Amino acid sequence: MSKTEITADPGVPLIVITRDFDAPRDLVFRAYTDPGLLVEWLGPRALTLTVDRYDVRDGGRWRYIHTDPEGHEHGFHGIFHGDPSPDGIVQTFEYEGVPGHVKLDTTTLEERGGQTRVRTVSSFQSVADRDGMVASGMEQGVREGNERLAELLAKLRTG
Amino acid sequence: MATDRLSLVFRALADPTRRSILNRLTEGDATVAELAAPFRMSQPAVSRHLRVLEDAGLISRTRRATARLSRLEAEPLRDVTTWLARYQRFWDESHERLDDLLAALQAGQEDGRGAARGRADPTERRRR
Repeated sequence: MSKTEITADPGVPLIVITRDFDAPRDLVFRAYTDPGLLVEWLGPRALTLTVDRYDVRDGGRWRYIHTDPEGHEHGFHGIFHGDPSPDGIVQTFEYEGVPGHVKLDTTTLEERGGQTRVRTVSSFQSVADRDGMVASGMEQGVREGNERLAELLAKLRTG
Repeated sequence: MATDRLSLVFRALADPTRRSILNRLTEGDATVAELAAPFRMSQPAVSRHLRVLEDAGLISRTRRATARLSRLEAEPLRDVTTWLARYQRFWDESHERLDDLLAALQAGQEDGRGAARGRADPTERRRR
């Protein structure tokens, strides 16, 4: 059962990701902003994450590369807007394979009863951008069965 | 799947009436009158919704005697689902890894990096 809630309402250029972690807020914040920790978790295990730069401050640049088992490299980069804090990490995100399509990610960390709820709102330049970026940026081949249909419809209905 | 077709599907799904129509069609083919019945809506208005769904490939329409039947076409929905599933899989796996890392950090094993790396045994990582 998936614990990561992803909402992608049709017709709106947003994706919202919500997840609870069994850890205090400051620690989760560290895992999101310390490049040495980021490489330990961001992305599927089959991909190797290399952080080129991760300058966590207002106007600071970040860039990392995901390398797949065949050696193909996928670069991503952006800029932090405002000083990142547990109350908000605001950053732009651009996939170097499809330059010129930029999304804005706002991540907030909320402590509730010893747990931390992380909510990321990704705002795309258009619905077409959202659909295209997700389709091209996530290279994992997935074969899905009919059971996902009901799940999708349920998601759309709540939107 | 081409992005433009995906956009058509998303546009079709953006409307709650059209989503209700699709849900109704999961129970079987239906006429325009049957589809209009639950809504305070004229049959021509429902027909316009059906055209949008048809353009997106989400339904097909056939004639039986004098009635025009709408039928759910699941394939485009499956494409949309695959699209979302890729994103879901990416974040599911990332967040599971983050769970492991946070557990290691809280266990106070140095700064957690060595501990997390110590968990690199693939058999353990596949436990979910």
